[in-house]
Amino acid sequence: MMKKTGNDRILLAHGGGGQLMDDLIRQHILPGLKNDALAELGDSARLDVAGSSLCFTTDSYVVKPLFFNGGDIGKLAVCGTVNDLAVAGSEPVALSLSLIIEDGFEIELLDKILASVGQTARQIGVDIVTGDTKTVESGAADRIFINTAGIGIRLAGVDLGFEKIAIGDKIMINGMIGDHGMTIISQREEMKFQSQLKSDCASLAGLIRELLENTSGIKFMRDPTRGGLAATLNEIARSTALSVEIRETDIPVRPAVQVAADMLGFDVLTIANEGKFVAIVSPESADDCLSICRNNKLGKKANIIGEVVGTLDVPLVEIETRIGGKRIVQMPYGRELPRIC
Amino acid sequence: MLDRINKAQRDIDAACETLGRQINIMEVCGTHTVSIFRNGIRSILPKNLKLLSGPGCPVCVTDQGYIDAVLRLADRDDCIIATYGDMIRVPGKDGSLETKQSKANIRIVLSSEDALQLAKDNPGKTVVFVAVGFETTAPATAVVVKEAADGAIDNFCILSGHKLVVPAMRALLSEKNDNINAFLCPGHVSAIIGYGAFAEIVEDFGRPCVVAGFEPVQIIEGLCEICSQLSAGKAELKSIYSAVVTEKGNIAAQQIVNECFEPADGYWRGLGEIKKSTLKLKDKYGRFDAFRRFGISEEPSEEIKGCRCGEVLCGLIEPTECGLFGRDCTPQEPVGPCMVSSEGACAAWYKYGRKKRNK
Repeated sequence: MMKKTGNDRILLAHGGGGQLMDDLIRQHILPGLKNDALAELGDSARLDVAGSSLCFTTDSYVVKPLFFNGGDIGKLAVCGTVNDLAVAGSEPVALSLSLIIEDGFEIELLDKILASVGQTARQIGVDIVTGDTKTVESGAADRIFINTAGIGIRLAGVDLGFEKIAIGDKIMINGMIGDHGMTIISQREEMKFQSQLKSDCASLAGLIRELLENTSGIKFMRDPTRGGLAATLNEIARSTALSVEIRETDIPVRPAVQVAADMLGFDVLTIANEGKFVAIVSPESADDCLSICRNNKLGKKANIIGEVVGTLDVPLVEIETRIGGKRIVQMPYGRELPRIC
Repeated sequence: MLDRINKAQRDIDAACETLGRQINIMEVCGTHTVSIFRNGIRSILPKNLKLLSGPGCPVCVTDQGYIDAVLRLADRDDCIIATYGDMIRVPGKDGSLETKQSKANIRIVLSSEDALQLAKDNPGKTVVFVAVGFETTAPATAVVVKEAADGAIDNFCILSGHKLVVPAMRALLSEKNDNINAFLCPGHVSAIIGYGAFAEIVEDFGRPCVVAGFEPVQIIEGLCEICSQLSAGKAELKSIYSAVVTEKGNIAAQQIVNECFEPADGYWRGLGEIKKSTLKLKDKYGRFDAFRRFGISEEPSEEIKGCRCGEVLCGLIEPTECGLFGRDCTPQEPVGPCMVSSEGACAAWYKYGRKKRNK
């Protein structure tokens, strides 16, 4: 047998949101840290503190390039963490902001990023209430990395979770997939790939609040960032032990994104999004949810893309292709796109 | 489009029912393999029609000895290795380009022109272009070799790993292997060499050869044409990709390839040595040949224990029948060549078709 490599070291692919990252979390991170809130592995931890129902989350941003069509690392750092709070069914109230900056980074660019952080936070109505700044020597980081953490207050009467999902539930997405990932990859200098793509980076807090306040059939939500729709649906299948069936013709994809993904050999289902959520909704409420989404500028192309179904042997994500064939959608293994967010 | 697919599907069903026996059709193009899996085409075919994924992925059939030669050159301080991204993970005897400790002199390029540009930009180094691929990429390599010769860009050279499809198809049929009933022939390769190049397969071996494009409807109609021929007891050469493929192919591309290269015996991963199946630079361009410039040769590789890629490439077994599949051999840590590239038969199975074998 050929010598194996990579078992004893972290690979870029360990951060790709796929199978490798999942293994890393379950085998190395969780065992020493056991507690109930962490064990859910949600986008946010659900905490009950001094009579308040809170959500708490953190995320680090290492996107390259720092500025891209449709956003920048500052906007991403606010929206990403806000979205993690929102999909957990909470109203974001405060964020922290930590900067790790490489020696030599231009202050002009830092100002630009911070202006974007401030503007995005103001638009959403969330305060940055604490922070930290560290510098490292040249070569010890790539220009600037940002961490944000956030707390939110859970919306009254809202209780989302894998355990609520049942056979027959509908799978809804609020719009076109793959915009963020394909924008980043096309803008990386090495790709020399010209295009008119634009990241979907946006705060989903407003649309999600509207949905949760006006409907009662939402069972679960998640934002399909790294690993894309494929990773999110596989997590749902595994966590519920139910299979998921989706239809290729119902999944909204911008033609330019599809062409770019085909050209570069990516499966658009595995490409990261930064302004999308997947919602599992009861069949009765699906129409209401869709119409609320479609009346919001972040949900104009919302669609029901499939259903939760029973399972014969192992829970699977299956897609009906545009020619009526079927294939399995695997958990991506994580090598596809490093440093996408 | 769906009407055409439904009609072809009905015709395939009828032909296969008439045939009443197991039919195996091999595709010899990685893009076909991926399209077949991605579109779930196997799932709509009758039970007695099986698709075999042959040696259609250039990365997968690149021999370990060639990779070892690339790795040796990557160790030299005076060289820059310019390679297509797919080659980065292909395992040699002691790792791959990806696992090299220092990657400073390994550059990923998207075209042969990018590689030549690297040579122009780095006059102090010798740029070695890792030239792999079938007849589709050989013309682009030939173009830059000629440009380098015309412009006296002497710090550029290529390590030719180019391969020819038809000799491999002959080898597959010559080997005690009668389980291939017909070939779905590659669209891109045919655009260069012309569909006439497959006439010898039809004449010498009596197997239908049908050239098709990569859209699901084109693949299904190609399969339909093959099934109709088989059920009528015929074996003919046909192209249903007439928008792109002609009988004689791209003459200008063939001319520049013939100007720079000549066929030579060479090694294929999993298939061994095949006569006149690779392209070697002619003596006239010998100074751009990295093998000659650095005095290296491509040693045949040792067999990888337990790996059954050879049988997969010959269509003798399905990837899941290999004991390593999905456990010891995964896209993260490929052992065999078919798991390395996204167009490899095993990688496509792993990604789109695997059910319970993983873990």
